[in-house]
Order: sequence, then C-alpha cells, then structure tokens
Amino acid sequence: MSAEPKARGQGPEARGTAESRVTSHESRFLVATGIRKSFGAVEANRNANLEVARGEIHALVGENGAGKSTLMRILAGLHEPDAGKVELDGKDVTGWSTRQAIDAGVGMVHQHFMLVPTLTVAENLVLGREPRRGVRLDRATASAEVTALGRRTGLVVEPDRLVSELSVGEAQRVEVLKVLWRGARLLILDEPTAVLSPPEVKDLWAVLRRLTAEGSTVVLITHKLDEVMEISDTVTVMRAGETVGRTATRDASPSAIARMMVGRDVVLAGAQGAPVGSEVRGPRSEAVPPGRESRVTSHAVLAVDHLTVPAGRGGNAVSDVSFEVAPGEIFGIAGVEGNGQSELVEAIAGLRSVSSGTIKLGPRDITRLGVRERGDAGLSHIPEDRHRRGLVLDYSIADNLILGRQHRFTRRGVLDRRGIASHGAEQVKAFDVRPADPSLLAGTLSGGNQQKVVIAREMGREFSALLASQPTRGVDVGAIEFIHARIRAAAAIGRGVLLVSADLVEVLALSDRVAVMYEGRFVCVLPRAQASAEILGPYMTGLEGRVAAGGGA
Amino acid sequence: MSARAAEGSLATTWLAPLVALLIAAIVGDILILSFGQAPGEVYRLLIEGTWGNAYGLGQVLYKATTLTFTGLAVALGLRAGLFNIGAEGQLAAGGFAAAMAGLLLPAGVPAILAVPFCMVAAAAGGGVVGAVPGALKARFGASEVIVTIMLNFVVLALLNWIVAANLHVGESLHTPTINAGALPRLSEVAPGFHGSAANATIILAIATAAAVGWFLFRTRAGYDLRATGLQPDAAEYGGINVGREHFRAMTMAGALAGLGGVNFVLGYKQYYEEGFAAGAGFLGIAVALVGRNHPAGVPLAALLFATISQGGLAVNAIVPKQMVEVLTAVVIIAVAVTVPEVQRLLASTARRVTS
Amino acid sequence: MIILAFLVQTLRIATPYLLAASGGVLSERAGIIALTLEGWMLTSAFCAAVGSFYAQSPWVGLLCGMAGGTAAAALHALASIRYRANQVVVGIAINLLAIGVTRFFLRLAFDSSSNSPRVPGFDWYVTSGDAASGPVALLASLVNPLVIAGIVALPAVAWVLANLRFGLRVRAVGEKPEAAESLGVSPARVRWAAVLAAGALTSLGGVYLALDQHQFTDNMTAGRGFIALAAAIFGNWRPTRVAVACVLFAAAETFQIQLQGLQLIPSQFVEMIPYVLTIVALAGVVGRAVPPAALGKPIG
Repeated sequence: MSAEPKARGQGPEARGTAESRVTSHESRFLVATGIRKSFGAVEANRNANLEVARGEIHALVGENGAGKSTLMRILAGLHEPDAGKVELDGKDVTGWSTRQAIDAGVGMVHQHFMLVPTLTVAENLVLGREPRRGVRLDRATASAEVTALGRRTGLVVEPDRLVSELSVGEAQRVEVLKVLWRGARLLILDEPTAVLSPPEVKDLWAVLRRLTAEGSTVVLITHKLDEVMEISDTVTVMRAGETVGRTATRDASPSAIARMMVGRDVVLAGAQGAPVGSEVRGPRSEAVPPGRESRVTSHAVLAVDHLTVPAGRGGNAVSDVSFEVAPGEIFGIAGVEGNGQSELVEAIAGLRSVSSGTIKLGPRDITRLGVRERGDAGLSHIPEDRHRRGLVLDYSIADNLILGRQHRFTRRGVLDRRGIASHGAEQVKAFDVRPADPSLLAGTLSGGNQQKVVIAREMGREFSALLASQPTRGVDVGAIEFIHARIRAAAAIGRGVLLVSADLVEVLALSDRVAVMYEGRFVCVLPRAQASAEILGPYMTGLEGRVAAGGGA
Repeated sequence: MSARAAEGSLATTWLAPLVALLIAAIVGDILILSFGQAPGEVYRLLIEGTWGNAYGLGQVLYKATTLTFTGLAVALGLRAGLFNIGAEGQLAAGGFAAAMAGLLLPAGVPAILAVPFCMVAAAAGGGVVGAVPGALKARFGASEVIVTIMLNFVVLALLNWIVAANLHVGESLHTPTINAGALPRLSEVAPGFHGSAANATIILAIATAAAVGWFLFRTRAGYDLRATGLQPDAAEYGGINVGREHFRAMTMAGALAGLGGVNFVLGYKQYYEEGFAAGAGFLGIAVALVGRNHPAGVPLAALLFATISQGGLAVNAIVPKQMVEVLTAVVIIAVAVTVPEVQRLLASTARRVTS
Repeated sequence: MIILAFLVQTLRIATPYLLAASGGVLSERAGIIALTLEGWMLTSAFCAAVGSFYAQSPWVGLLCGMAGGTAAAALHALASIRYRANQVVVGIAINLLAIGVTRFFLRLAFDSSSNSPRVPGFDWYVTSGDAASGPVALLASLVNPLVIAGIVALPAVAWVLANLRFGLRVRAVGEKPEAAESLGVSPARVRWAAVLAAGALTSLGGVYLALDQHQFTDNMTAGRGFIALAAAIFGNWRPTRVAVACVLFAAAETFQIQLQGLQLIPSQFVEMIPYVLTIVALAGVVGRAVPPAALGKPIG
C-alpha cells in the first residue's frame, strides 16, 4: 500500500507548539474502555474505546450508525453504558449524570441543537445555572457574560436575540458558548460543521485552536476527512459500534482512514474472512456486467432534470441534480447520510415538494403527480425508514402488502379479504418472509423480515422504476443476500433501479454506475469499473469535487 | 390515548381495563364504608336494581343505547388518531334535527318513511357539528381537542336559544311533540319492561356498531382511516391524504353521535328536550376507552357504565348516588394511567424475551 | 355611575377567570395540558365552603380551598407526569371526579344535593340601605383579597416567567424539555412545581366563587374553567393578553346581564363569545394561536 504524501492541512504544525505539549502521562486524559450500549434491540456500541490526550484536538470518525454519538453521549452523562469503563483525568466516572459531567468540566455541543427557540441567547446560556440578584434573574449579568465570553473566544452573538432568529452558524456559537461558560475543559462537538458554510467553518477552527492553546481539550465527531486532516491531532475510527483504529493525524492518509470507515468484513457474495479494513470484492464487482454496456437508446426509465428540493430550515437539501436511469440499469448514489439523498428520493417518490426541476418516469412527466398516481404509473419505493414510512406495524403482513395499492384490492369500496389473504400468502412465500403467516402483525417480525415484506410489496408487482433507499439497513446477512439478488434480478429483466445507500460496499456490489452526493449535489458520476472505495471515499467526505458543482451526468 | 393503543393483542387490550375496574371497585368500597354501609350489601342492591328486575334492566338498556352511539363516536375518532370530545354537542344537534324533521312531516306519514327520514336528519345534524373540527384540523392543524370542547358550548347555547326563544311548549324546555316517526317501546313487545324507556333504538345501536365494525375492518375507507391513526407517515407514503381522512373521520363520528339522538327523541319522549344529552359526551369517552375503541367492546362498555349509572339510583337510599359518578371518573383515570403502564410492561417483557 | 357599576361588575365576574387562567397559563407554559381547571375550581370551591362553614371564618375557608384545589392538581400531576397518562383524558376525568366527589361529600356533610348552608365570606362593605348601591359601596365591594388576587395573578405569573429562575425553567421545559435535561434541569420536577402552583392559583378562583355567593352550589363553576382555558388560548398563552381576554369575556357577560331587559342580543350568543373566539384563534384567522411546543407530550 503506497503511503500518500504528507496529509494536507498540517494540523499540528499549524498550531505551533502543540506537539511538544502532548506528553505521555497526559495522553490518557480521557479514557473509555470496552464500552457497550444497547437501545432496545439496537446495539449502538459494541466494543468502543477511546484515548484522548490533554490539550489536543481529537477526531472521532465513522459512518452514520458507527456509534460515535452514543459513545460521546455516555461520556457527557446522557446515557449509562451497559458495560465498560470511563476515566477522566484518572478518576472513574463511568455512568455519571449530566450534572456531574458539567460540573467536572465536560461540555457537549450536540448535532441537533439543544437550544430553546423561544428564549434569548443569554437565557439559553445560563439555563440551569442562572445568576441571581436576590430573588430575580440577573439578566444584566447574563448578557454581560455572553458579551465577555464572546470577546474572549471570538464567538460573538448578541445576547438578547431570540434563538429562533439566529442563523445556524450563530446558533452553534451559542451552543459552544454554553459549554464554555460552564467551565468546560473538555469539549465534545458532534458533527459541528454539518450545518456551517465554509467561512463559518474557518471561524470555528480558529476558536478551537484558541481554546486548545489555553489548555482545553476537544473531541470532534465528524465524517468529513478534510476537516480531520486540517484540524485534528489524533484520529480514532469507529465502525459498527466498535473502535477499529487510532492514529496520529500526521501519520495518517485520508484514503486509509476512509477505508477503515467504510470497509466491512461481512460476507457479500462470498468474500468470507476478508481482513478488517481491506475492501470486500464480490465476484461481479470488477467486471462490467455483460449485455449492459451498450445503452439502449429507448427512453430512460427515470429521468431527473435540474431538480432542486428546499430544506426545512432554509436553503436547499437538493441543488440542481440531474441524472437518468436506463432500463436494466442499477444507478447507485453513495454518500454519507444527510447530504440530500433522503430528500432526493422523497421528492421522486412524491412525498416532498420540489421548488424547480422535473421528474419523468419513462415518457411521462410525474412531477405534479401524487404518491398513488406515481405508484400506478410504475414507480416503486422502498423507503429508508421502514418503521416510520414503510410499514404500519400494527397491521398484519397481508394488510401491509397492499399499502399504497389498496384500490387494487377493493371491489366497490369493500376490501377483497380473500384476495388480500391469498396475495399475502403468495408474497410471503415468494419473498421468504418468516414466519410465513400473512396474518401476523408486522411489528412482531424481525428487522430483516419486515424489510422483506416491504420488498415483497414494492417488487412483487409491476413496476418500471424502483427507488431503493437503504434497502438492507438493519437486516441480517441472509436477508441481505436475498434482497440483493432480487434487485439484480429486477435489473436483469429491464427495470431501472435507483439505489441509495450509506453502505459503500453495497453500492459498489450492485451498481452499474455510481454517483456521489455531497451537500445536495452530485459531485461525481462514474461507471462501476472506474469506481472503488479509494476513489469515491474522498468525494464522499468532501475532499474532492467541492469546486466542481454538479459533476458529470 | 393514541390510536396505536386501539389495536393490539388480546392481552394488552383487555388487561388494562380489568385492572382499572379493580381499582375502581376498591375505591368504591372505601366510599361505601365511609358512609357506614357494607360494600357487599350495596353491590347486591345495585345488581338487583339493574339486572335484577325488568324495569331496571330496561333503563340500563336505554342508557346503554345512547352511550353506544357516543362511545362509537369517540372510538371512531380515536381510530383516526383524533380526540372527539364533542359527542355531547353532536348528540344534542342530532336529536334536535330528528325532532325538527319529525315536526316537518305531516301527521299520518307512515312510520316506515318517517322513521328513516328522522334518522337521516339526526345523523346529518351530528355530522355537520363533527365536520367543523374535522375541517379546521385538516386545513389549519387546529387541535380537535380544544375545538370540540369549545364547540360543545356553542352548539348547546345555540340550541338553547332556538328552543327557549322560539320552539318551546308552555313552561317546559322541550319542543312540540313530533307528528310522525315514533319508535316502539320495548314494553310494547315485552310487557315486563313497562315504564322503562327502552325502545327499538336498541336494534339500531347494535346495527350501527356492526356497521362501524364492518366499515373499519372490511372496507377500503376503513383501512385508510385506521392507517392514518396508527402511522400517519406510512399512510402518507401509501398515498393516503391524511387531512382528508381527518375530516371524514370527524364528520362520521359526529354523525354517529347525532344518530344517538334518536333514542330519546323518537324512542322515548317524541320531542327534543333541553339537556337530554348531558354527560353523554364524557361518558362516551369512558365507554370508548374501556371498550378499547372496538365496535364490539363499545356496546359492552356502554352496558357497564349504564349499569353503574342506573345502579346509582337503585342504591340511593343507603349511599349517595353520586358515588357512581365518582366511580366512573376513577375508572377513567385508572384506565388512562394503566394503559401506558401495561403497554410499557408488556413491551419491555417482550423485548427481554426476544433480544 | 352606570359605567362604574359596569366596571365593578365586570371585574367581579372576571376574578375567577383571571385566577383560573393564570393557573392554566402556568401549567401549559410548562407543557402540561390544563383541561382540568374546571375540576380544580370546583374542588376548591367546595373545600372553601366547608372550611368557612366549620370555622366560621373566610380565611380558613380560603386555606381549605387552596388545599383542596392543590390536591386535585397533585392528582393531575401524578397521573400526567409520573405515569405519563394521556393528559386530555386525565383532565376530563378529574373534572368528572370533582363533580362526583363534591356532590358525594355535599350529601355527606350537609345532607343536601343542591347546596351547602350559608357560609361567611369576605364581607367588608355595607350591604344595606341606600349606601348599598352608591359608588363607595361599589368600590368597597372590590376590597376583597380574592379580587385583588385576581387583578394581580396574571401580572404575577408574567413576572415569574420573565424574572425568576423558576420561570425561565418553566418556559424552557414547555418548549424543549431535552434542552433543559441536557443542562441538568429535571423537566419532571419543574412541571410538578408548575402544576401545583397552577392548582393553588386556580383554587383561589373557586374560593372566590364560594365565598362570594356565600355557599357552595352543585356544579357552581358552570364551565368557568373552560372559559378560563379559552382565554389562555385566545391570549396565546401570554399573561397580559390572557388578562385582556378574561376581562373581555367578563365584560360581554356584564353587558348582557345589565341589558337583560332590553333583549338586544340573546344571552346565549353572549355566552358563546369566548368559545367562538377561541375556535377562531386556533384557525389562525386573527393570528395563529401557537401553543408551547412540548405541550401535552410526556417526557421520555
């Protein structure tokens, strides 16, 4: 493996004497060992470890669902671990409360802001530790603290403005001020730049550098490698709930980190026992599948043209995206979640309105059609959240199998119960749902079988284009194989598939062409033969393609 | 009370109400003892006064009939994820509409025409009242809880004005006796029930409950409605228009409650009277809760609450009949508290078993 | 003179609304639905009558009333916060419970199903002869600790919300309890305190009713709790606006009473005003009524 040239950004050097400060006995300022934490049936942390030195900026990287946030929330006192130990400055602080963590100087800035929109900046700052003058709240002091702190750290916000009126960058400044005001010496920032513009990111880096120069320690949770290279001293990589690697940033290469983040040592078409961190290659992944090289010049099955979808909090979730899916093609969209993929799929499915652009299914413009009409026109949709969108958990399997298609099983307003039951029995058998009883409630099935129900519904009918969003998330290995086989089979008979997955290995295993979505745009579109985790990783994490807007289509 | 609580396995469905009834019985015992009486004696009297004699049973059936309609009205709303607190106003409006329809008909119109005509009017009257919160919810997202509560007052005041200002007979608070469309009393068929208000509306109530059951579980519209209440995001994904479902559900719920007005107006007094609907709305909520929002459970729960209510009259000699009002409220609180507890208990047990 | 009489009567009618609405605002701003104001008021009215009767002192009545109303509030808090029951259902149930319990104990204590015997109230003004309706007497009738409490209640709640640590936490917990929790503030504890305080405030409204009429009558609150709730919603949960709404509703009532003989507008339509206005406010025709974001949602 050829080492890449020195990492760009030169984190430690840029900050001057940082290197000399990290001595060996201070390298174990914050230590987490063997952390295990489950939420119901979901195991968020399986064997998580962390070792942070005092005064450094430590990056904690991994894909969505890797367990980074959970680990840090345990550190911050929001959860208690099921097993494992946490030590801060030599003291055992496992399972402590939020209050204790705050008092000990640990401050967490959450990904989804914990700010009360109807209160002012100053009020949010002092909540829980309000200064008083006699019996009354001392507002003047609170405001003064905001101003003073702002001047000292460079995080300037007007204290008397309502949080609901702040820009996202300003809101985040308040979050950081909150923890600093409580004397945080260990700051944990969870995906802080997810909502910031480039100049705001620069400002944040300046603040972090200033803080660590004064002796504070920072843990930065992120999936963006350019940031990791630019600002951090040490990197810890997490994957699927456990820690898979730890290295000093200056010794690391972005591609190696990317590989550790996205690689999976799970079977995918026969690559058993592949070493951790290496790429998993299935038998089909290298060769371009035969018979599909020449694009048939008939209508694209799905054509999206200059699509822009607005985001909730202003701005666009999807900006000017255009692409086509040909008959028999599997078009994969890779990318870390939160870059607009969900909104893109929902817009195509009819669940989200678009501000501009068109969507065509075959020759038909479906931009203005409702969900049901799109379904009738031949569009199938496997939603990314089967519990929220994909299934009514209190309905039987058979009833779920007709969701979206009830009108096909209705005769003069009355449900054709026998038809629904036999349809249910058929589908359950064809798609190997277990237990094979269509009268069972969907909520009693395992995750994999629930997904099979959704797949049976969406693929067990006539369709020309399929939207498959995170089709194998939370699904056991056997079901994954089955689902992949189904998707391939559909493409083989001429259907078009739009595959969106945060699992890069899955995208690479199935797709004919791969696009990477970053911050609402396609930053690259490559034929499968030219794509690999090494090549795509940088696009996914913002290192490449930033300047080139839209990429090729 | 979420619609999710409306469906579920048999154990979860019936455990909570049973626990609640147990709690109510204990509280009842305490109250009875505080009055210096023996609980056993009181309960005996209660049973004797209700199911133990024909008149009492007739009264129980009569009250249960009205409660079945209001209970269905609340249950249907909850199935769509909406809280219908306006059953009293809907019931009153329905009864009034039935009375007006009856007055409009010339005397001598055969019952076979008059009765259905009045019934349709009753349903329409209630439906209109139910449509208002439905529309406001669908269009503006306005809380149906508040709107239905407020509308209750508005409707009752409006009806009060119409009757008091224009339509009342002499010193009373009721409208003139209607010309056609009376329903036969139970006592005409079974003389033992003489004196009780039970009437043919009982049949209508059972038929309506069956119809609601058929609607909810056998029609496509019922499928859409239940999906909306259980998982609105999935319903939307399945092409269902959530706002429209809300509107339809509230309108139907109003119509159900309105139809109940027939019990008093056609079956009992043959006129509309101020206050006939009093309390039926809140009791309807209790009935829906204990009946677990199911068209089969609602009539049973209605019988239960009607028995308690009528039983209060029977025991009034030795214990204030207000005790049953207290018990009714205790049952509601107990059900409200135990349902989430029981669900949580069962859910965590299930998780421990499967994980 | 007529104007003075009008104003005085309006204020006296508004007193229970102001007191109950202040409790409603406090509870709902903290995130707990207050459909149960009616039940709290009725309970406190009864307890006040009982207390005043047996001690022959309105002050004892006031204390008993507050105790009773707060106890009812504690029940609401227990079911809603500790057991996370549906707050709408619990609210309605407590209202029914209050009716039943007060009737039951009315029978038990006074052997009547309609009213208690006469109880002493806060009567510090002359009630007989010509002086009874003169301007001095009218104004003197306002010198009643409960009327004064009514005037002060909503401004006091406003002041607490804006200026006390507790008030800030109430506002935070009603909008975004997770934010408060992440800073070590317990939303459950704040809500408990808010509901109990709300109960105490609302109970003063019930005390006023009982002592002003010098007896407890069956179901004497007659929907006032719902009018108070309507005022809270119509005033967008902001104490000053809510106070205006309360006075508005009371003024309409006074208007109707004083003009009863003239039959200008039927009394029923005046009755409807608070409710219609609230529905309109919810529909956003005259500016949206937006409740606290975490209202009605149990924690966890």
